[in-house]
Amino acid sequence: MTRETLINVAALAVLLAVPLWALMADEPFIITLATRAAIFALAGVGLNLALGSGGLVSLGHAVFFGIGGYAMGILASHAQSYEPIMEAPFLIEGTKSMPMIWLVAMVTSALAALAIGALSLRTSGVYFIMITLAFGQMIYYFAISWPAYGGEDGLSIYVRNEFPGLNTLVPMQFFGLCFAILCLALLLMNAIHKSAFGLALSAARQNETRVLSVGMKPYHLRLVAFVISGAVTGLAGALFADLNRFVSPTMLSWQMSGEIIIFIIIGGVGRLFGPVIGAMIFILLEHTLGGLSEFWHVYLGALLLGIVLFAKGGVIGAFAGREKAHD
Amino acid sequence: MSLIELKSVAAFYGPSQALFDVSLDVGEGEVLALMGRNGMGKTTTVKVMCRLLKNSDGAVQFGGQDIGGLPSFKAARLGIGLVPEGRRCFANLSVYENLIAAARKGAWDFTAVCRLFPRLEERMDQSAASLSGGEQQMLAIGRALMTNPKLLILDEATEGLAPVIRQEIWEAVAKLKAETGMAIIAIDKSLKELGQVADRAVILEKGRTVWTGGFDTLGPEETDRYLGI
Repeated sequence: MTRETLINVAALAVLLAVPLWALMADEPFIITLATRAAIFALAGVGLNLALGSGGLVSLGHAVFFGIGGYAMGILASHAQSYEPIMEAPFLIEGTKSMPMIWLVAMVTSALAALAIGALSLRTSGVYFIMITLAFGQMIYYFAISWPAYGGEDGLSIYVRNEFPGLNTLVPMQFFGLCFAILCLALLLMNAIHKSAFGLALSAARQNETRVLSVGMKPYHLRLVAFVISGAVTGLAGALFADLNRFVSPTMLSWQMSGEIIIFIIIGGVGRLFGPVIGAMIFILLEHTLGGLSEFWHVYLGALLLGIVLFAKGGVIGAFAGREKAHD
Repeated sequence: MSLIELKSVAAFYGPSQALFDVSLDVGEGEVLALMGRNGMGKTTTVKVMCRLLKNSDGAVQFGGQDIGGLPSFKAARLGIGLVPEGRRCFANLSVYENLIAAARKGAWDFTAVCRLFPRLEERMDQSAASLSGGEQQMLAIGRALMTNPKLLILDEATEGLAPVIRQEIWEAVAKLKAETGMAIIAIDKSLKELGQVADRAVILEKGRTVWTGGFDTLGPEETDRYLGI
């Protein structure tokens, strides 16, 4: 077992142990914090495929996070009010079923990622960053100006959605659900990283011409990665909206995109568990330093600066050393 | 019938013309030595064949099909395998991953490549960056073979390698020729080593084909005049 694998196992163990301790200590707020960390980690795991493996610095991933959130908000609010979403040409009704909401969140996020990726992946470098930011801002302002679903004020859902066999209003059960989805996403990403597709994606990041000359088109590889990445981030958005029972344009803001990137940088870009560790540290800082000062982001900035300057592999890189060939 | 044929090809890098009139052809199972001094257009010709550079004039045909309008990845899928100058393996992937990332269905798989270069099997879990120059070259050839090409292009495949390793690589090329009948275009500075495998030679000078013929017919006059040997 490599040192990185040990760190990964430890990170998952801590993420699981904290809410278990909180359950015994009757601290439901800590369970909610752990749930938040698991959801942010899931969003980061999604982006990490595009950013870490594909080298795509997307400043618009909050779009998918927000679309996932709004997918949940719209479906749940219509189920709450018993008003169909549309009646013609065919009837679409709301739902409180989490699996259905997740499916819709992932499909709509994937479609958005396909449209945004198809255009933005024709550019690279700073232009790619700017075009993804531009798409993000477009959809953010669209949400603000969409009064049917709360506009700037957002949309509240009174009761958490349902999952068969679970009482999702019990914090520990909802955490368990989010943790299980995070584990499944990590397994999926691990399989992708090791697959011929994942290897080709990583190869395209290193040398585009070489990949072309062995018969693969980097654009196609990156587009597929971007779509998968968007779908996973969208799922995280749906869970986040369900956690808060609230969705607002803030979920679509460029600051949200920046935060997802920060999780990855803190943990380690391209490392499977980088976003997990990054999200845990982010939540820890937000909770501890945020209680001391509302300007706690100053400390986060200092941490980020330290990592970028002295630990380019993030926290995992600092302890596990340079990235090895996939093991 | 020719597998690949270039007819009066011209090509530019921006405003600078690099190829003026290059014509050559390689038949199935044939090994062609593409020769010329530095800067005469050998690598540019390879780029045109692989569609990494568009020709401005002339025609490029592969298997009787005009590939002038194809992007490079489609040309590679047709069966043009390139071992580039400077090797350029994917540094942070392991040997195994380098090979698998490029794999397409066919006779050449990981086992077949390791049979040709047993060292790659020994190093399969090592990252490509940690390999010696010779091993990286074997990996680059193996990676091209994993695409199951009909034509293998070796651009300075043994440049900068120790004589023992060079010999090992040329023996592998000879084995490829003998056992698979794969068409090969080899660019190299060593006449002696090219002579072990080449059937014919094409010499380029200042972006033009200036000599074509059987490798055995290449005499001192041509080597002195065009290659400076």
